[in-house]
Amino acid sequence: MGDHHHGPAKGLSRWLFTTNHKDIGTMYLWFSFAMFILGGAFAMIIRAELFQPGMQLVEPGFFNQMTTLHGLVMVFGAIMPSFVGLANWMIPMMIGAPDMALPRMNNWSFWILPPGFLMLASTLFMEGGAPAFGWTFYAPLSTTYAAPSVTFFIFAIHILGVSSIMGSINIIATVMNMRAPGMTYMKMPLFVWTWLITAFLLVAVMPVLAGAVTMMLMDIHFGTSFFSAAGGGDPVLFQHIFWFFGHPEVYIIILPAFGVVSQIIPAFSRKPLFGYASMVYATAAIAFLSFIVWAHHMYTVGMPVAGELFFMYATMLIAVPTGVKVFNWISTMWRGALSFETPMLFCIGFLVLFTIGGFTGLMLSIAPADFQYHDTYFVVAHFHYVMVAGAVFSMTAAVYYWLPKWSGRMYNENMGKIHFWVSFIGFNITFFPQHFVGLAGMPRRIPDYALQFADFNMMSSIGAFIYGASQILFLYNVIATIVSGKRVTDDRVWDGAEGLEWTVATPAPYHTFEVPPAIDPTPAHG
Amino acid sequence: MSFGNIIRALAGPVLAFASAAVFGQGNQVNMAKGVTEVGAEIYDLHMLILWICVVIGVGVFSVMFYSIIYHRKSRGHEPAQFHESTKVEIAWTVVPFLILIGMAVPATSTLLEAYNTDDAEIDILVTGYQWKWKYEYLDENGENVSFFSNLSTPQSEIYNSQTKGENYLLEVDEPVVIPVDTKVRFLLTANDVIHSWWVPEIAVKKDAIPGFINEAWTKVPEQGIYRGQCTELCGAYHGFMPVEVHAVSREEYDAWLAAKRADKVAQAAAASQALSLDELMAKGEAVYNAQCMACHGMNGEGGVGKAIAGSPVALGDIGRHLDVGIKGVAGTAMQAFGGQMSDVDMAAVITYQRNAFGNNTGDIVQPSDVVNHKKG
Ligand code: HEC
Ligand code: HEM
Ligand SMILES: [Cu+2]
Ligand SMILES: [Cu+2]
Repeated sequence: MGDHHHGPAKGLSRWLFTTNHKDIGTMYLWFSFAMFILGGAFAMIIRAELFQPGMQLVEPGFFNQMTTLHGLVMVFGAIMPSFVGLANWMIPMMIGAPDMALPRMNNWSFWILPPGFLMLASTLFMEGGAPAFGWTFYAPLSTTYAAPSVTFFIFAIHILGVSSIMGSINIIATVMNMRAPGMTYMKMPLFVWTWLITAFLLVAVMPVLAGAVTMMLMDIHFGTSFFSAAGGGDPVLFQHIFWFFGHPEVYIIILPAFGVVSQIIPAFSRKPLFGYASMVYATAAIAFLSFIVWAHHMYTVGMPVAGELFFMYATMLIAVPTGVKVFNWISTMWRGALSFETPMLFCIGFLVLFTIGGFTGLMLSIAPADFQYHDTYFVVAHFHYVMVAGAVFSMTAAVYYWLPKWSGRMYNENMGKIHFWVSFIGFNITFFPQHFVGLAGMPRRIPDYALQFADFNMMSSIGAFIYGASQILFLYNVIATIVSGKRVTDDRVWDGAEGLEWTVATPAPYHTFEVPPAIDPTPAHG
Repeated sequence: MSFGNIIRALAGPVLAFASAAVFGQGNQVNMAKGVTEVGAEIYDLHMLILWICVVIGVGVFSVMFYSIIYHRKSRGHEPAQFHESTKVEIAWTVVPFLILIGMAVPATSTLLEAYNTDDAEIDILVTGYQWKWKYEYLDENGENVSFFSNLSTPQSEIYNSQTKGENYLLEVDEPVVIPVDTKVRFLLTANDVIHSWWVPEIAVKKDAIPGFINEAWTKVPEQGIYRGQCTELCGAYHGFMPVEVHAVSREEYDAWLAAKRADKVAQAAAASQALSLDELMAKGEAVYNAQCMACHGMNGEGGVGKAIAGSPVALGDIGRHLDVGIKGVAGTAMQAFGGQMSDVDMAAVITYQRNAFGNNTGDIVQPSDVVNHKKG
């Protein structure tokens, strides 16, 4: 084993050919941040156009391209790869493994992403413009009526799907085979648990998405009529297939976030997670339920009333395990010794805002009420509360929490706190009023709106610019830390932090746990 | 925009919200209560769940903030090490479950009511087109009345060269008219992509899907104008296909329907009359602005569609031009307008395209030319 103790290769080849989980994790994280900025830029264009009623900056067709690309880039480019990056960095270090189980595949799953997104972004410069049918790409708008660039979109989705599937297979293989001796399943940190379950969800539904886009491809180029009523096909079938992927997808986005929060809240409460086992079971319950609720996105397509009732009841049930999670986090904080460093602030922000998003989710699950909410800004507010304040806030918390371990340097705490408060306030100014305009009747995905929505839209746009600007602060803080942050000497970094990742040196050496660590045989969490 | 304006822009909504929250006016912040029975039920359901969420939220957040304030390390609070309690965990699983059952009961009854389309007195077939609605009143004797309903807000308001009117983007050239106190059933479908027909105050939202016929119903108790919009992304001008419903007394409705029928007869007669160039141009301009401008531009400069100014079609053979107008161009956004407007309107708009925007052909296309062209 002696000659395996080498450092990284030099220059570009280090990154191109690396099979090291830390390098690959780093690349995923930077890539996803770049996508976050790109998707954010699209959002700024959207909000600038919506600043006032009337068409000012862009044409309606281009506006639709922006909403579509914003959604696709944020979901598939920013949020999903960021959590894969985090998994790459942390899972081996959390379970005492030297690396991921399939390191060469790991390199591939990252390196096909940039070309995939390049292909997607290149559609902006094609004849007829980029995809303009929304991130949900309902047929026949995305087939018969789409611009020619849709074919490139289909291939881009295929590539991202392949990358996700490879990434999840790798995570499953790693968690199942690479745990240090004594690291039983019920001793794994919750972040590992939530990712294991997420990986199974991904393997189950990404092929369904691939099926959907392949059927589109056939309809567009090979004369089939899967989704074309004129040829005997069924446009609603598309929605069933899409949401059979799409609803689990939203849990693919949020479960790793739950995992992150379940690591950080105990650390800054200096108290173990209240109910470890029930958190694991709640995660599994949510994952199971996520397969049988998809048609709550389709309450207005005219399903038979029995179907409508089934999907309503099943969706309402999701509130139970989700509630268990929230109650658990709060009981963990209860009578702890709390301190409020930036990662904890983002987790508390998550807790408050995600809970609000959960409440609006519950409201949306009530089918007859959804007749009024569906496809309005109320839905836009709901999913930004769960996806931005949920997934993005928790990801931000994760970066602040583990950055000292990754880089060996401490970020600027004051700047981190400012970042939190500006984000928190900016986020709420942006998205809280969207509940109001949605309820008052403003449809989503429109480039121009009636005058009674003007005030709240202007407010929303101002909030969006504030939230957007605060991310520059984040980028600056991270770069400044890596370049010249104060060196951290303590391996544990945070006095309340638990877990194997804190037992290795700071900064984490290129190779960790080449010799499996000894695991305390007493039950870790219970 | 100056700094002062931005401050005012920020302060305006904040104040508006504060006043709306306190006095319930100003900017609408809540769901429309609706005028129909189902609408009122949905509103009550919405408020019930909202309040349940608010109460639970206040409880949960109070515990959390209590902890944040009193259980701080900086106050020297020592961490307890308790965890896991089967009793508590069962409680917070079972209690929410029971609350959910409490919500599901009224939700189910409202849903069943919304789905009960039986015994409607009037059937209206609503068809979504890119980007307008077609309404067809189905008649037992086959004397259907049908017309298209287009956005009537002028482009000059949308592009900010003219002050925006009160019903900006929520107004149409021909509203759909229904009688009050009558159960009206809407049969919804679409001609191209999926659209969704929504009028918040009468609590109807249903997707209009090509190849499917969906059903929805309403029974409006109060006369009035109810406005809504398409709520399913349907392409570039999705934001520009509003719905306007006029609920009128039974007598007014009958008179309106009779007038529409008479209109149909008159139009057929008009098709045999010859019109002057001026008449055709005036009518043609109106039709163009309502039906063609979205794609062909205010000055015929093109957009989604090709430019009309200097177009080889508009300057070339009349038969070919009629062909494009009547049958459309397959596989493009250029629809077959032949079935969507009267022969008089078609003659007028073709004449207009051949003489406006510098296309000074001097050609006149008469309604009879359209009739003959359709016959082939
Ligand atoms: C939904 C968008 C849309 C609307 C509305 C529309 N058109 Fe078009 N139109 C098009 C497109 C797209 C083309 C180009 C078709 C092609 O590729 O040949 C076109 C082409 C044409 C042409 C041929 C131009 C040329 O130089 O080839 C004429 C004439 C025309 N339209 C007339 C009309 C008239 C008359 C109306 C209104 C009654 C109308 N169009 C409304 C989209 C539209
Ligand atoms: C308590 C849990 C939740 C419930 C009951 C719930 C319910 C719903 C319902 C019923 C809709 C459809 C609304 C409509 O289109 O009319 C919806 C939309 C949506 N939800 Fe949730 N949700 C929950 C949590 C989440 C989470 C955790 C996420 C992601 C992190 C999420 C992301 C979304 C997204 C992206 C949409 C909109 C999709 C689109 O149409 O573009 N939701 N939710
Ligand atoms: Cu869902
Ligand atoms: Cu639409």
